[in-house]
Amino acid sequence: MLSETQAWQVLEGVPDPEIPVVSVVELGIVRELACGEDGLRVVVTPTYSGCPATEVIAESIRAALQAAGAGEVDIETRLDPAWTTDWIGETARDKLRAYGIAPPSGKAAVGGAQPIRFVAKAQTCPRCGSTDTERLSEFGATACKALYRCRACREPFEYFKPI
Amino acid sequence: MTQQNIATPEHIEYVLRMGDNALILGQRLSEWCGHAPVLEEDMALANTALDLIGQARLLLTHAGKLEGQGRDEDQLAFLRVERDYRNVTLTELPNEDFGRTVVRNFLFAAFQVLLYQRLATSSDAELAAIAAKSLKEARYHLSHAGEWVIRLGDGTELSHARAQAALDYLWPYTAEFFAANPADDAVAAAGIGPAWASLEPEWEALVVPVLNEATLTVPARTPFRTYGKFGRHSEHMGHLLATMQYMQRTYPGAQW
Repeated sequence: MLSETQAWQVLEGVPDPEIPVVSVVELGIVRELACGEDGLRVVVTPTYSGCPATEVIAESIRAALQAAGAGEVDIETRLDPAWTTDWIGETARDKLRAYGIAPPSGKAAVGGAQPIRFVAKAQTCPRCGSTDTERLSEFGATACKALYRCRACREPFEYFKPI
Repeated sequence: MTQQNIATPEHIEYVLRMGDNALILGQRLSEWCGHAPVLEEDMALANTALDLIGQARLLLTHAGKLEGQGRDEDQLAFLRVERDYRNVTLTELPNEDFGRTVVRNFLFAAFQVLLYQRLATSSDAELAAIAAKSLKEARYHLSHAGEWVIRLGDGTELSHARAQAALDYLWPYTAEFFAANPADDAVAAAGIGPAWASLEPEWEALVVPVLNEATLTVPARTPFRTYGKFGRHSEHMGHLLATMQYMQRTYPGAQW
């Protein structure tokens, strides 16, 4: 049997399937972990409602814990409180930058409907650090990202949308 | 779940309506995949469809639990007959051109944002949680579609004409958002969700300024009413269902 501390350590080694430089713990997907009599109960929260990685993540968590000797693993999905990019810690943000993804800037928006805004806020280029950047596309290769271009180093980069 | 025992048919119907709206519009938008005018919008429409289908999965799963007859999201999505779907007619209309697609997304996202905001205080805790999560996505859809409405409306002569034609065509269908029957009053009284009519002034306050900025003329309300939300659908619904249900009807119980 695994202790709770050991189980957390195992989960810190489970990468996000679409952004493998950060773990499911660092992204804030794993909310709770509890050791029971005959196994472990893990509470996870989806990032986006339609994120296709959700099921892969649950299976990776189960496989990693069982490979480490956890026995039965019960995975519960919980929506409340809703996942927010505010849960991504500083270390994970550094890892995202090093991987070429600009981390979400500022706090996730709360309150009223988003204003219509044609000119997106400039984001810092994760490669050269310039803020002379422009948004190319509001949606990117995964539900959680938008596409930007740096005018200084001319490289495109992805931006993790704050939600 | 204790909710299973206390859910009224009206409560289930209310959740089904929201789930079906997201499902059917998600299905329609997925038709754009690989066909949008530019790559960025192909990704945008596909991502919006993905968010909507994700929301539909959560809502239909919840409706199935409330119903307590063992129906899961797949059975509700793929194995009902046309009259049992509760989406508003607006969501099932054909995409037509890009203009009509973005104008519809804008009108619908504004409705969804307001509804999800109100549902944060729903007496149904699971519904409140789904709404809080989906609200973040709906806001992004609203902002994206709204920008396009302004670009097209206040764009070239041709884009303006197409956007105005789209708005003229779609506007009468939006009256259905706010239509209610006695079942809806019971839901509002139970604190499950807002009375539909109460959303209308807020919705107009949200969409009209954007339409004005887009130099589009807001059509006057007419007596035309559709009632897809009560199960009476347009001629387009059967065709949509034939495509959407094909796999489950041919291979019942098939799983990915």
